[in-house]
Amino acid sequence: MLSEHNFLALQEIVGAANISMSKADRICYSYDATQQQYLPDAVVHPASTDEIRRIMLLANREMIPVFPRGAGSGFSGGSLPVKGGIVLVTERLDRILEIDEQNLVATVEPGVVTEAFQKAVEKLGLFYPPDPASLKFSTLGGNVAECAGGPRCVKYGVTKDFIIGLEVVTPTGDVITTGGPTMKGVVGYDLTKLMCGSEGTLGVITKIIIKLLPLPEAKKTMLVMFDSIDGAAQAVSAIIRGKIIPTTLEFMDGRTIDCVRQATNLDLPPSARAVLIIEVDGDQEFLDKQCEKIKHIIQPLGVVEIRTATTPEESEALWQVRRSVSASLRKVNPDKFNEDICVPRSKVPEMIRKVDSIAEKYGVPIVNFGHAGDGNIHVNIMINRKIPGDLDKAKLAIEDVFKGALELGGTMSGEHGVGIAKAPYIPLEITPAAANYMKAIKKSLDPNNILNPGKIFLD
Amino acid sequence: MAKLKNLQDLRNEIEMCVKCGACRAHCPVFGVEKHEGRVARGKVALAHAVLDQTIDFEPKMIEDISQCLLCGSCYAQCPNKVPTDEIIAATRRQIAADHGLNSFGKGVAALLGRPRLMNNLAKAGRFLSPLFFKKLPENSGLRLRFPAPWIEADRTLPPIASKPFRDTVPEFIAGDPNMPTVAFFSGCGINYMYPAIGEAFLKVLKFLGVNVFIPKEQACCGLPAVSAGAQATVEQLALQNLSALSAQRVDFVVTACASCHSGIGKLYSDLGTDYQTLAAKTRDIFVFLVEHGLPEKLSSLPATGKRTRVTYHDPCHLRSHGIVSEPRQILQAIPNIDFVEMAEAGTCCGLGGTYSVHHYQTSKKIGAKKAAHILASGADLVATNCPGCIMQLQDSINHAQGRQRSVHILELLVAALE
Repeated sequence: MLSEHNFLALQEIVGAANISMSKADRICYSYDATQQQYLPDAVVHPASTDEIRRIMLLANREMIPVFPRGAGSGFSGGSLPVKGGIVLVTERLDRILEIDEQNLVATVEPGVVTEAFQKAVEKLGLFYPPDPASLKFSTLGGNVAECAGGPRCVKYGVTKDFIIGLEVVTPTGDVITTGGPTMKGVVGYDLTKLMCGSEGTLGVITKIIIKLLPLPEAKKTMLVMFDSIDGAAQAVSAIIRGKIIPTTLEFMDGRTIDCVRQATNLDLPPSARAVLIIEVDGDQEFLDKQCEKIKHIIQPLGVVEIRTATTPEESEALWQVRRSVSASLRKVNPDKFNEDICVPRSKVPEMIRKVDSIAEKYGVPIVNFGHAGDGNIHVNIMINRKIPGDLDKAKLAIEDVFKGALELGGTMSGEHGVGIAKAPYIPLEITPAAANYMKAIKKSLDPNNILNPGKIFLD
Repeated sequence: MAKLKNLQDLRNEIEMCVKCGACRAHCPVFGVEKHEGRVARGKVALAHAVLDQTIDFEPKMIEDISQCLLCGSCYAQCPNKVPTDEIIAATRRQIAADHGLNSFGKGVAALLGRPRLMNNLAKAGRFLSPLFFKKLPENSGLRLRFPAPWIEADRTLPPIASKPFRDTVPEFIAGDPNMPTVAFFSGCGINYMYPAIGEAFLKVLKFLGVNVFIPKEQACCGLPAVSAGAQATVEQLALQNLSALSAQRVDFVVTACASCHSGIGKLYSDLGTDYQTLAAKTRDIFVFLVEHGLPEKLSSLPATGKRTRVTYHDPCHLRSHGIVSEPRQILQAIPNIDFVEMAEAGTCCGLGGTYSVHHYQTSKKIGAKKAAHILASGADLVATNCPGCIMQLQDSINHAQGRQRSVHILELLVAALE
């Protein structure tokens, strides 16, 4: 528990309205999308870099762990207060500070919601591509900390590819800036990239400088149904091999289609055993040409049907198929483990075959969908926690999935991060020498292990 | 007496929340008060803790549970369709049952602090402003919505009608014998604040030749009591309405208030088969009018005179039942009206039953967002289908210093027919 002395000190920093030790608030900031729960001792809502700096100084002096939190929508437990202490919420740091149209650069606070930022820049004809599924509610601070991805990342890259500078409060309470608003910069280590995806363990992000692109003139969406999973998976490789990088290349396997068909009235013929949603963007006249080229490439691979959207409404109707997946999965089983392995793109067909055999081996349904274009497959292991043995089966299956991805030169996580969810599996992917290198960084920057302890590496 | 679901009955629904956070993008309250306790995910977590008895009834928890409009916006967007409105209502009932309504909210507590409900309401009436309440019967939902001592001074409220609507009309108005017979469930808003809407309702049905019963014994639908957590009131009102609406053979029960539609059309369905039959017969007025061919009849009317730009606000209690196209169809079919869609037509106006009384400042901020969209639409009028929304929209427009008026679609319809 937080001592009264420390509570008063924190209250002095953030004001009485912005600190709480009530059970209600501790419950409300105890969870994230992993559905695990750890009660913090206190919840603070700072409103400035300086308040965060003072919180970190106090936390170091009093040895209180601090857990930064954006929207709490992560899938790896990155924001969970696993050791009690303080949850530091960025909800009040939600201003877009500047959108610089001359330099195509924006500066924001970490609590800005991703979609709100995208809408703001799109009004000016600018574009911030990273689009995690949670973009309507996740924060940019959280996106940077986890290096969020999304469907459009096939063409445009992930969050870190757009972050060119940061202001950070270090674990020991210094304020530093990394990078800056220039397109180039090689002075010193690239701490911006180090911070991206560091899961809130190396500093609290207080300002973010973001590189923007011009907004593409138009986009065109196709939904392609294949008679086999192999056909769809080969289509992904074939499109990439054909030197075309679509904006998105989303993939759903047969079991996913069955779930969607059961749960919705979307028209998906039974002969469709895999679906690709392919979107291209750019100048209008260029889009038709690209779509034709893609159709030509994929036609021999067992295409059942191609639906092409020409209006935003039609495009939305096609995306509805993909968006309804998450809710539809409950038809299979109530609980899911959503893993986000990533393999080299050419290995997608092989990975899907591996997952299918793992599902068979353990007798657990596994549903695959995701960002096939960059090899990032969402492997959903569907269980019912209430059935004895289901959880153990899921854990064994997850380990096999990770091993399978690593055998193909892939990674355990493309965009969700390690947090606590994947921490036990870290030795599968990271060698002891590399792990020690990382731990040395953490130890030197956070000698008291105050900031987001217990994440990425098991202590 | 039939019972509403309690928190224990909703355990499965509570456990369906996977804590994804999607509700953060859609909750009107969270939109103005960024705090996890204000959003569905947080409140469902608190309901879970109440259910598991891992939290005491501390003020912060009660405050968070009170901070819900029951608008259903989160449910509409929830990937797992967690019925947060039902869960919150049941949590409020649980809090009231365990700790008395006193601990729940000042205004409602003054009305419902004791178990013998109706008597109690009568007693409570004495504490209320006689100016506002002398014309309201003790069991009117409006008393729950506007406990006078807590109404803030800068708020625009409609005057109470000099004579309640139902006292001014006969109990049965015959139409064409070949046309259906309906019961008009008028609700408190129309009966006590906006009798003109009730009159418009009758004129429109007369135009179609529909036979109309207006049962004298009907009571408040009970929704304000749901919002307040007053379980016994809800169950008692349900019984009274069931009896009033079953007294005559009718083909449909028609409402002109979104909340009443939700009240008799959905709220009671947990209470038994008689209530489900009633729910199945219940029609929103515009659904009824579209089903009976009014748009076609309207399109043959001459379009002369001044044209008015009108936008539409979706009341939560119709939107969440999927009733979005019919009111627009009617509006678009009225000659002389240029229909314009405003941005965010489907977001809550911020009234939320008893919510706006206890949380008027938050309610005002939610209303301000709505008013901005109304003003930006360029409309002269904002039409809707719920007296509560009409009141809140006008209050919000006035705060925003807009020139628009909020009206019921029926009022526009009658103007066109006359």
